[in-house]
Amino acid sequence: MPDLATTASTPQTVANISLWRRLTDHVMTGVAVATVVLVLAPLIAIFGYLVYKGVGSIDWAFLTQTPKPVGEAGGGMANAIVGSGLILGIASIVGVPFGVGAGIYLAEFGRNRLGSVVRFTADVLNGVPSIVIGIVAYAIVVLYQKHFSALAGGVALAIMMVPTISRTTEEMLLLVPQALREAAYGLGIPRWRTTLSITLRTATSGVITGIMLAFARVAGETAPLLFTTLGNDYWNLRVGQPTAALPLQIYNYANSPYDDWHRQAWAGAFVLILLIVTAVAAVRYAVRRGTFGAA
Amino acid sequence: MTACGLAVLGVLVLIVYELTSRSSLSWHAFGFKFFAASDWDPVNEHFGALPFIFGTLVSSLLALVMAVPLAVGVAVFTTEMCPKALRGPLSFFVELLAAIPSVIYGLWAIFVLVPLLSHYVEPFLAKTLGWTGLFEGSAYGYGMLAAGIILAIMIIPIVSSITREVLMVVPQHQREGVLALGATRWEMIRVGVLRNARAGIVGAIILGLGRALGETMAVTMVIGNRPEIAKSLFASGYTMASVLANEFSEATGDVYLSALIEIGLALFLVTIIVNALAQLLVWTVTRGQPARGHA
Repeated sequence: MPDLATTASTPQTVANISLWRRLTDHVMTGVAVATVVLVLAPLIAIFGYLVYKGVGSIDWAFLTQTPKPVGEAGGGMANAIVGSGLILGIASIVGVPFGVGAGIYLAEFGRNRLGSVVRFTADVLNGVPSIVIGIVAYAIVVLYQKHFSALAGGVALAIMMVPTISRTTEEMLLLVPQALREAAYGLGIPRWRTTLSITLRTATSGVITGIMLAFARVAGETAPLLFTTLGNDYWNLRVGQPTAALPLQIYNYANSPYDDWHRQAWAGAFVLILLIVTAVAAVRYAVRRGTFGAA
Repeated sequence: MTACGLAVLGVLVLIVYELTSRSSLSWHAFGFKFFAASDWDPVNEHFGALPFIFGTLVSSLLALVMAVPLAVGVAVFTTEMCPKALRGPLSFFVELLAAIPSVIYGLWAIFVLVPLLSHYVEPFLAKTLGWTGLFEGSAYGYGMLAAGIILAIMIIPIVSSITREVLMVVPQHQREGVLALGATRWEMIRVGVLRNARAGIVGAIILGLGRALGETMAVTMVIGNRPEIAKSLFASGYTMASVLANEFSEATGDVYLSALIEIGLALFLVTIIVNALAQLLVWTVTRGQPARGHA
């Protein structure tokens, strides 16, 4: 943004600035650059190590087999990958409609006091630790079912998705020009119909972006799954039963004393990050191409 | 749509209701002493949360001390100094850092950060700064210091992206005005930009604090998980979130479970207050534009 600032502030253009002030300017510029380097270093280290370890550890068995008994080498996390898919599917089915609905409410009907309260609540919910959400899912699902289940994990993740999706949906809908809505009203289209067929339709790509970002965020969540889905060493596709999940498996294997499990933890982390980065990159690509490039 | 909006409020009410009702057993048994007592003895059902509160506070503050200067530096660099061509990739990288799941940070910390600390950093600190008492004891790598560092890496993206947003809403004419008075670039940033954005930056820092307080997986994996209060940063600790992660699914007995939920409630209340405060501060600066960066 500050193009003018960058050009005008080059010290050489001003003749009589004291040496001390010029020195401070250069030193502070150096400090800022140094902070960037210091922040990028761990990022590159984490990514580099992850790719290095991940690529070396991943094999066919990892992607197709279930875990071997404790201490035995081999096996894989196929059931955990599928389990994660199941849990995320449940989370999306529950969370997305509520999130988008709340977003529509905030953008179209929430320009009042209640709207502000809802908006503020969504922002605050966004900051609630995921482990606390896990306790709530435990209390409302696990305690009623009397056992751990994929459903409970899905509910926990859905609760985490709602505030993120509602806020991005709201932002995207607000970008739709008012004139479009007025044109629809002018044709005699009722308000609810306008909202669904005109406003939401126009903002679709932006709304999907928000959903994908929320999805990417909860895909790696571990804490709320610890005491909701619990984990499982075998295949499970039933919603009401304990289920393996990729982040849980990574956590358990990382804390184990076995080298082969460490290897599989890295492979799992690699698969997980691949999933998330693909989602985020796809979103960035779509946003750049989509109607709302500015968002 | 209003129903969906109200559902957001409903979720918050649900969280509060479940946490309070299910922790009442422990509340009645221990009262306020729960937060002042430091013995955690599930066998004899004596529960005091002080070590966990201590661990949470110390690890989060440690993270802030390391993260804030770096995050603000990066934000200043990207908004005020960075060549236009670098700005996009740089913010993308920092966003990417935010997209890495907690459990992967933990994995990396166990296998890279902890050995690094125990072999190089901790012996060095013990030799040079050992006299302060903060760096004493065996250099296992696991412990408060490792938790603080990994937390710092994790909260840098959020602090820096919100600081960036706050810096970007500082009016351009502020910068131009200060420059017109003959300031160097650094003086312009200090007087014209940082001073104006002070409230918002504090908001960003508090938001980062909220994130650090509730962070679970990565911390659990490196902090050592022993309910102790030690002066040395090398010593093991335990946080509120990690005791939940470790003990919740294995809690036997109603009082034990209730005590854990009470810790969850305390964690929830603290993060809610911290987040609400931060949200308000950021809002006053960006004038009601939502503070994004969670997504």
